[in-house]
Amino acid sequence: MDPDLVLLLNGIVSGLLLGGLYAAAAAGLSVSFGMLDVVNIAHPAFMVLGAILVALLWGATGIDPLILSILLTPAFWALGAALYVAYHHFFERRGDEAIQGLAFFFGIMFIIEVGLVLTVGPDQHFADASYANTTWRMGEVDLPLRMLVPALVALSAIAGLSVFLRRTFIGRAIAAVAQDREALRLLAINPTRIKRLAFGISIAFAALAGGALVVVQPVDAWSGHVFIGRVFAIVIMGGLSSLGGCVLAALAFGVVENVTATFYGPSWSPAVAFGCLLLVLAIRPQGLFGRAA
Amino acid sequence: MTGISRRDMGRLALAAAAAVPATARAQTAPSGPPIRIGYSMSLSGGLAPNGRPALTAHKIWAEDVNAKGGLLGRPVELVNYDDQSSGAQVPGIYTKLIDVDKVDLVVSGYATAIIAPAMPVVMQRNMCFVSLFGTGVNTDFKYDRYFSVNCTGSQVKETFAKGFMDIAMSMDPRPRTIALVNLDSDFHQRTAESARFLAKERGLRVVYDRAYPPSTVDFGPIMRAVAAARPDIVFAGSYPPDTAGLLRAASEQRVNFQMMGGPMIGPHATAQKLQLGPILNNLVVWDVYAPEPTLQFPGTKELIDRYQPIAARENTDALGYYVPPMAYAQMQVLEQAVRRVGKIDQAALAADMHANQFDTVIGPLRFDAMGEWTEERNLYTQYQGVQGNGIEQFKRTGTQVVLYPARYKSGELRKPFTAGA
Repeated sequence: MDPDLVLLLNGIVSGLLLGGLYAAAAAGLSVSFGMLDVVNIAHPAFMVLGAILVALLWGATGIDPLILSILLTPAFWALGAALYVAYHHFFERRGDEAIQGLAFFFGIMFIIEVGLVLTVGPDQHFADASYANTTWRMGEVDLPLRMLVPALVALSAIAGLSVFLRRTFIGRAIAAVAQDREALRLLAINPTRIKRLAFGISIAFAALAGGALVVVQPVDAWSGHVFIGRVFAIVIMGGLSSLGGCVLAALAFGVVENVTATFYGPSWSPAVAFGCLLLVLAIRPQGLFGRAA
Repeated sequence: MTGISRRDMGRLALAAAAAVPATARAQTAPSGPPIRIGYSMSLSGGLAPNGRPALTAHKIWAEDVNAKGGLLGRPVELVNYDDQSSGAQVPGIYTKLIDVDKVDLVVSGYATAIIAPAMPVVMQRNMCFVSLFGTGVNTDFKYDRYFSVNCTGSQVKETFAKGFMDIAMSMDPRPRTIALVNLDSDFHQRTAESARFLAKERGLRVVYDRAYPPSTVDFGPIMRAVAAARPDIVFAGSYPPDTAGLLRAASEQRVNFQMMGGPMIGPHATAQKLQLGPILNNLVVWDVYAPEPTLQFPGTKELIDRYQPIAARENTDALGYYVPPMAYAQMQVLEQAVRRVGKIDQAALAADMHANQFDTVIGPLRFDAMGEWTEERNLYTQYQGVQGNGIEQFKRTGTQVVLYPARYKSGELRKPFTAGA
């Protein structure tokens, strides 16, 4: 096979796998930022918190990192719900959520990072999944399980969340709160309670994303920084409250980054990927799957 | 004259036992106002994994000095603030240290990004400045009171990659092509420039030469593009997360290069040694110290032995082979200069540092006019025979052998590099 074609195929496939990781990182934010209008800039920090907890638990138990991250989701849901209660009480209730709420989540991010350094140290933490050193080969195309398994787990979880949001009463209430919270009251549903539940789900997804991240690469307290720009860009590109759009945008981001890195050098990757974001927004300001206002 | 009774003998012995240590204490205990040494240190942020071990080494040095009677008979006191790995914090910290805290001496925190922002403040106050792991910081400042504790020397372009190239060109058959891949950072741009320069000098054809941004997550496409260029050898410059990514990708793609390595910062930290394990085999890594018999100097083993239990308590780098010896040596330079000069006189200290040799835990060193080492000592080491992910093997000699420079050589090159395959 033509060497350039091999490079292209591998660039696309590895980009899709990378996109799976991005989707895991962005799905929770799609709920909090896209649906609840909560600018949780600390979302990647929660992901790193999940990753480091998974690494520590893996060191103690040897259980698969992705299973550990699933086991962590109830605790992260509770953490997210508690955080939303504080956020709602001090900011949202008073209508101060714009700038002061943003500052609140900045503060949370720094507290998580410094707290991690003080408790587990600044070094990198890792968890070696049993499959991490295995690569499947389909002809000339490589499928490293280190990337493939987290991507599949993440996409399955997102599919499950999507079904939950579409098919259940609470799920539809979460979707509704994004559009008209007052209408919910007419149905005797407390929008604050729904938002608390939904914010908990978004943080629980951060734990899942953390499990995926620590399988892919070692993490330290600041590993979330490289994801902040990407996950917000992906959520916006996907169309804010659209989970499907979020996944598609994440996969597109991954493919554009990796194909660019392969052929034009990795320095161009972020520029081309964010350039695509600008292009999408220029053509469809509401994002790929967003509804026009 | 009456004889001494057994009871008197007992009293005398008791008095002597009480008096001798008291006398000894009076001779060795430091007294007076402390000599205060100020600096910023990265205790949080991205540089903290190296900043915290450096601080631990500094504390060990201060304990050692105070236990031996202090400096000029006075105790030494370390005054440091967390710069959060941000160069923007550094000028303010040094201004406070010098103008408010009134420290007697200043040294630098860890690495170029922290050293360079301190320079204007230190230069304004005409203070001596002993830095830690700075690369080419004084090239532009040309400050005659700057002294660098880093093995790169002042001719970075001409010498940094020399060891790597010398090792590569000694292979049979000799390599003809080279790939250069590096992080887009100040340090790695300089090291890549050296590799580029020396590759051209040795007639190597550069078949891949690209930098990647710090935000890179997936290193698979980079390694695939490098492998597609079919280089005989690969010179890579990276920081810890990237090093893990590059080597993992190399392992997944079953690369086969005659030689790969360079300033791939990462395996220097214990956590990454343990994580990568056999993937490290045959990797040729730039380093500053390795626990090999050829690199044992007075005090080296004692420092490591004291550092490791503290590191275990404080959750810092467990082995401490990378930063702690250099950080301890940084303070030894200051200590020896102050002892020779006999007072805190910045001009006299600078003159002494330019004129004399320093015997440190990383060996003897001298400074040139630019404050860099007169003789570069870029070590190129190779991981050999790593099995599994246990820590003990990295304490043994023969696991990370020194290939360059010849005077510290402790093993022979093994090839090819296959990332553990």
